[in-house]
Amino acid sequence: MSEYEPKLVGFLCNWCSYAGADLAGVSRFQYPTNLRVIRVMCSGRVHPAHILEAFKDGADGVLVAGCHIPTDCHYISGNFKAQRRVAMVKKLMEQLGIEPERLRLEWISAAEGDKFAKTIREMTEDLKKLGPSPVAKVLKEAD
Amino acid sequence: MAPRIGVFICRCGINIAAYVDVPKVVEYAKTLPGVAYAEENMYTCSSDGLNKIKEAIKKHNLDRVVVASCTPRTHEPLFQATCEEAGVNKYLFEMANIRDQCSWVHMREPEKATKKAKDLIRMAVAKAALLEPDDEPEIDVIPSTLVIGGGVSGMRAALSVADQGFDVTIVEKEPALGGKLRGFDSLFPHKQKASEVLEPLIEKVTTHPRIRVLTESRLKSVYGFIGNFDIGVETGKGVETLKVGTIIVAVGAEVLKPRGLYLYGEDPRVVTQSELEQLLHTGSVNAEKIVMIQCSGSRSAERPYCSRICCNEAVKNALNVTEKGKEVYILYRDLQTYGIHYSRLEQEAKRKGIRFLKYQADKPPTITAEPNGLKVSVYSPTVNETVEVTANMLVLSTPLVPVSDAKELSQMLKVPLDSNGFFMEAHVKLRPIDFATDGIFVCGTAHSPKDIGESVAQALGVASRASIPMAKKRVRTAAIMSQVDQTRCSGCGTCIDVCPYNALRKNEKGLAETIAAVCKGCGVCGATCPEKAITMHHFTDEQIQAQGLAALEED
Repeated sequence: MSEYEPKLVGFLCNWCSYAGADLAGVSRFQYPTNLRVIRVMCSGRVHPAHILEAFKDGADGVLVAGCHIPTDCHYISGNFKAQRRVAMVKKLMEQLGIEPERLRLEWISAAEGDKFAKTIREMTEDLKKLGPSPVAKVLKEAD
Repeated sequence: MAPRIGVFICRCGINIAAYVDVPKVVEYAKTLPGVAYAEENMYTCSSDGLNKIKEAIKKHNLDRVVVASCTPRTHEPLFQATCEEAGVNKYLFEMANIRDQCSWVHMREPEKATKKAKDLIRMAVAKAALLEPDDEPEIDVIPSTLVIGGGVSGMRAALSVADQGFDVTIVEKEPALGGKLRGFDSLFPHKQKASEVLEPLIEKVTTHPRIRVLTESRLKSVYGFIGNFDIGVETGKGVETLKVGTIIVAVGAEVLKPRGLYLYGEDPRVVTQSELEQLLHTGSVNAEKIVMIQCSGSRSAERPYCSRICCNEAVKNALNVTEKGKEVYILYRDLQTYGIHYSRLEQEAKRKGIRFLKYQADKPPTITAEPNGLKVSVYSPTVNETVEVTANMLVLSTPLVPVSDAKELSQMLKVPLDSNGFFMEAHVKLRPIDFATDGIFVCGTAHSPKDIGESVAQALGVASRASIPMAKKRVRTAAIMSQVDQTRCSGCGTCIDVCPYNALRKNEKGLAETIAAVCKGCGVCGATCPEKAITMHHFTDEQIQAQGLAALEED
């Protein structure tokens, strides 16, 4: 049997983190293939429901990445909103019995291709250790 | 009506095709729901590729287009314009990033990269099926430019913008204009005195009615977008605020002072090329025998890049001191006196008896300080033996390095730096002096080491680029904005509280509405509304969730 490959969904803000992911490519920094990126204009666009839907649809991990706090956000303060929402969703996940470590918030600038690649490497490793998300199992039982 | 999506998958030469099985991905794309047509292109962004999109739109009656290639940050506008030319609204276009975020980062895993490319295209198709056409609002452009840096690049750019009739503010951190050129004696290739170039330029800049110069000033904050930037500048007298339409980054670079390398900083007889320039300027070079070492601190593990200008500078300075009767040796790894002027200079140097001695990177010269001189010992692969020269002066050709506050500035402007720390353009060939962020441009050595001629060429280029939106007076802004569904809004006002731009207000019914011209499209309100009454155009909840669902499907 082939090794377990976690499914990772990443919400990247257009201005910093998506550009950081592009820079990782331009720099040819290699990282695992597990990530699927959804581009949003701002990390503050990510609704708690977007994160929870991703878990419901089978994600083993979700990354929300935006511009560095306090001053980098292209939209002034969207990153702070993302920070509060992610903290809230993590609490909710704990109550739902989903390990909160499956959700990660990172500040990755357009110049941090290396940090982007490192984040994906780390998250993939961490998710491999955690194993498949309990959500799929629960949903299966509920059916 | 069911959508008719066309998918165009770019090979990008070998950039994608060497790691992703493109024909296989094309076959897969054809099976996706809503896809009416799929093809591969060698370069989708070439005029041939763009024509193929237009032809396919007509031939196959396509109403939406997906291009799977590089990043929307550089190429989305080009493909959107192509769609518009063929009668498809630009908001019915979507990209799948299968190069920067796939083939380039999974070069050792072609099978997995191919699978990921399929997934990314499936996600893009899922979003494309839900896209809706939009119209773009126009905004006014403030006819004023901020130039950061008052060196030769910044001044030349400022003059050109000002001569076109727009106001310019130059922010320079030093007490005087001039940048690095201040410390130079003469300029290659024509041995013109630096002051002959610099002084008239400073004169023109400081007397130009449209140019304001703020010296000993630093950028403090940058907010806003093309056409309407709000700038905070720390001037020493406090923080001044500026409103500008465009920004030019001309912060230049610094010369590396390689403490500890070849006794630099330990023995006063060891100087850098730019310090030699200053000695030449004041006429106080009293060494009879001079050794120059190229690539001092560059093309190394720490600084892998070639600094481009040092070979020319060394040859120029060597010729200058040879004229004063000095003996010069240039130790080099690869001599790069590129172009017609500089290669002629190199030939002249060889004719005039300057000795060029090749050394190997793994066997760099060793320097011993002796009372009567500096003993330079170097292995020459050409003659296969160690050569010794005792010199009175050692000159290190050190590279240009990014300014110390480059990172801070890049974060403030939200523009990227490359792996060497220089400011990085949107695209090396397609948009060589633009940043990916609209309305911000880069020129001179802030971008990479280059000579004055090259810096001025870029400065004139950015002046033209920055003037275009100001001359047009208005730019169209993205239609990515919020819209409040009046039938669902409860009038709670949460969206008004969270909006960083005050772009939402209550109407006469007490319900929220978006002020289109003010909305920047971040989507914070859309993610906050408890009634789900807010639609974020082009990034709707349905589109985001469809992408998520598509990402997690098995193919």
